[in-house]
Amino acid sequence: MKYIDEYRNPDLVRSLSAEIQRKITRPVRIMEVCGTHTMAIFRHGLRRILPEKLYLVSGPGCPVCVTPPGLIDAFCKVAGRRDVITATFGDMIRVPGSSGSLADARAKGADIRIVYSPADAIQIARDNPEKLVVFIAIGFETTIPLIAASILQAYREDINNFCIFPANKVMPPALETLMKDTSLNLDGLLCPGHVSIITGSEAFSFLAEDYGLSCAIAGFEPADILLAILALMEQINEGSYRVDNCYTRAVTAAGNLKARELVQEVFTPVDSRWRGLGTIAGSGLVPKGKYADFDVTRRLAIQVSEIDEPPGCLCGEILKGMKRPSECPLFGKNCTPSAPIGPCMVSNEGTCAAWYRFGVESI
Amino acid sequence: MKIPDKTHKQITLDHGSGGSASSELIESLFLEYLTDPVLNRMEDAAVLNVRGKKLAFSTDSFVVDPIFFPGGSIGELAINGTINDLAMQGARPVCLSLGLIIEEGLGFKDLERIIRDIAHACRKAEVPVVTGDTKVVPRGKADRIFINTSGIGIVEEGTDISPARIRKGDAILLSGSVADHGITILTSREGLEFQGKLQSDTCALHKMVQGILGNLLQSDSISALHALRDPTRGGLATTLSELARSSSACMEIFEKEIPIAAPVRAACELMGLDPLYIANEGKFIAIAEEQYAESIIDVMRSFPEGQNSIIIGKVTDNYPGRVVVHTGSGGSRLAEPLTGEPLPRIC
Repeated sequence: MKYIDEYRNPDLVRSLSAEIQRKITRPVRIMEVCGTHTMAIFRHGLRRILPEKLYLVSGPGCPVCVTPPGLIDAFCKVAGRRDVITATFGDMIRVPGSSGSLADARAKGADIRIVYSPADAIQIARDNPEKLVVFIAIGFETTIPLIAASILQAYREDINNFCIFPANKVMPPALETLMKDTSLNLDGLLCPGHVSIITGSEAFSFLAEDYGLSCAIAGFEPADILLAILALMEQINEGSYRVDNCYTRAVTAAGNLKARELVQEVFTPVDSRWRGLGTIAGSGLVPKGKYADFDVTRRLAIQVSEIDEPPGCLCGEILKGMKRPSECPLFGKNCTPSAPIGPCMVSNEGTCAAWYRFGVESI
Repeated sequence: MKIPDKTHKQITLDHGSGGSASSELIESLFLEYLTDPVLNRMEDAAVLNVRGKKLAFSTDSFVVDPIFFPGGSIGELAINGTINDLAMQGARPVCLSLGLIIEEGLGFKDLERIIRDIAHACRKAEVPVVTGDTKVVPRGKADRIFINTSGIGIVEEGTDISPARIRKGDAILLSGSVADHGITILTSREGLEFQGKLQSDTCALHKMVQGILGNLLQSDSISALHALRDPTRGGLATTLSELARSSSACMEIFEKEIPIAAPVRAACELMGLDPLYIANEGKFIAIAEEQYAESIIDVMRSFPEGQNSIIIGKVTDNYPGRVVVHTGSGGSRLAEPLTGEPLPRIC
C-alpha cells in the first residue's frame, strides 16, 4: 500500500537500526509521548531491533489513560439519566471509575453508543430530538478541531439537544509539567506526529530552548520512528537541542491554521486534571461565549469530584515514564485487559495494555 | 478509590466477544455446573463415540447486525458457521437443525430472502436442514432475527484432529486472506465509504477439509494433519493463541506471508485495527507435519475457497503457549488473545 509499505521496508528498517546502533555510545532515555507511537513500536516489534542501551519510555499520550477516575464517574452518572444518549469513542467504554465503567452503565440500561466521529453524535441528536445527546469529548489537538467543528455545526443548525462532556486536553502544558520534573532524566523526546500536524513543529521549540531537550517529530511507520530516533541520537551526541521535523510529509512549522482557528472560535483554556500529573493550568478546554451551552456540565450543573486512584495502581507513575508496567504490583495479576483496574490497561494505546498484549517482558 | 470488585455483577458485551472474558465465563460458570468429559474439551464440536462410530455434534447462534451484508447474510452465515465447526473436527457434516427467533414486524420479504440464502447455502454445501423451530417475540425483545443451527457429522476412522497432537516442527497453514468478514460487517454497519470492494468470506469449509483428509488417506499419512481451527471471532491471532495454549507449543508466524485484501488492509490502517484480530467466516488454520505441508497446500489451492492458501509459519518451542509474530518490517512481538469488543455482533 502506497505511503505505508515504503516505510515498513525491512531493508530500510534494518539499515536505520544499524545506524542507531553505531551512534549510541552510552545509555540513552527517550520518551515517546504519543500513545499511537507506543502502539506502533510494539506492533512492529521495534524494541527487538533497537540497541539495549536505548531505553524507550512511554509518556502521557493516551487520551483515555490521562482521564481521571472522578471524571469517569461523572460520565457514568450523566449516561445513567433516562433523558440522555451518550456517544463515545470505543476506547473509553471499558475504563473503570470508582463505581464501574460506561460498559457497566450500559449493562444497567444506559443508552451508550460507540461513534467514530463527533459528527456521528450530531446525527444521533437529529434522529432523537426528545433526548439529550452527550458526546464524551476526550482527545488531544488532533481530535479537538473535529469537536469544535461539530459544535459549530450544531450551533448553525440550531441542534439544541447536542452537547459535549468537555474532557479534551492539550499537550504542550503537560509536556512542560513533565520537563519540570528533573527525576525523569530524559535525553530526548519523540514528539507526537498527529498533534504536530495541527500545532506545527514550532509548538515544541520551547522544550529545546527552555528545557534543553533534544526533540524530533516522528511519523508512525517503523522507518519514521527509527529516523526520528536517529535524529535524536545525532543531537544527543552533538550535545545540541532543537526540534527536528522527521515527518515532513505531514508536519509543517506553522501547523494547520484553519483547524486552530476553529478551536479558538469555540473553546477557551481551563485548568484540567490529568491522571498521574495532577491539575495542569490551561491544559483543558471548555466551550466559551455563545457556545457555552454545548457544555453538559454547565447545562445540567454537573460537579466532577476528585477521586483518588485505586490503591497499588501505578498508572500515574507509568504515564510519567517513571515506572515500567512490570513494576506495578497489579500488572498482569489483578489488572489485565479483560478486567482492567487502571486506564493504561484498558485503552488500545495504553502502555500497560501494549506491554501485556505484546508480551514485552518475555521477548 | 477501591479496587473494583472483579465478580462482574452483570453480563457485559465483553462476555460474548469470543475473547478472554468469554473463556472466563465458560470456565467459571458453564463448566462449573455442566462439567462433562466431552464438554470439558471445549472444542468447536463435540466428538462422541456412538456404537463404534465417531459422531461430531455442534451448535452455534447467529445475531449478526446488519442481517444482510456484502457477500452474504445471516442465513448463509448460520449454515456455514455450524458446518465449519463440524469440519474443524475433521467431520463430514450430515444434517442441520434450524431455529429461528423472529422479532415481530420483520418484513416477510426479508425473511424470505434469508430462507432463500439458507437454502442456497445448504445446496452448495450438500448438507440439508432436517428439523427446525420458529418463535416470534414482541417488537423490541429481539433485533429482527436471531438464528441457531446445530449439526451432526461423521468422523471417518483414522481421523484424529486435536490441538494435543501439535508438535514442534509442524507447519502452520492458512486457507486464504484474513479479516474480510469483520471489516465488511463493520464498514457496512457504519456506512463507511470504502465498502465497494469489501466482501464477507462466508463459506463452508468441509469440502476442502475432506479433500485434504482424502488425499492424506490415499498416501496412508492421515495422521500428518494434527489440528484444524477456523479463526472466527478474535481472528487469526486469538485462534493461534488458543492453539498455542492448549498444546503448550509456540506458534511463530510471518506477517509478510499472511494474505490481506488491499481494501481490507486500507480499512484496517484507517481505523487503526489489527487485521490479525478481525473475524473470518470462511478460513481455517491447519497444523500439519512439515513434510506434508506443501502437498496439503496444493490440495487446498485446488478448491476455489482455498486458492490463496499459504504456509504462514511454524511450530517451535521458543515461547511455549505463546504466539510470536515476525513483523513485515523485520521486528518481532508476542500476540495475546483478543480482549474487549472491537466489533460487536459480527456473527
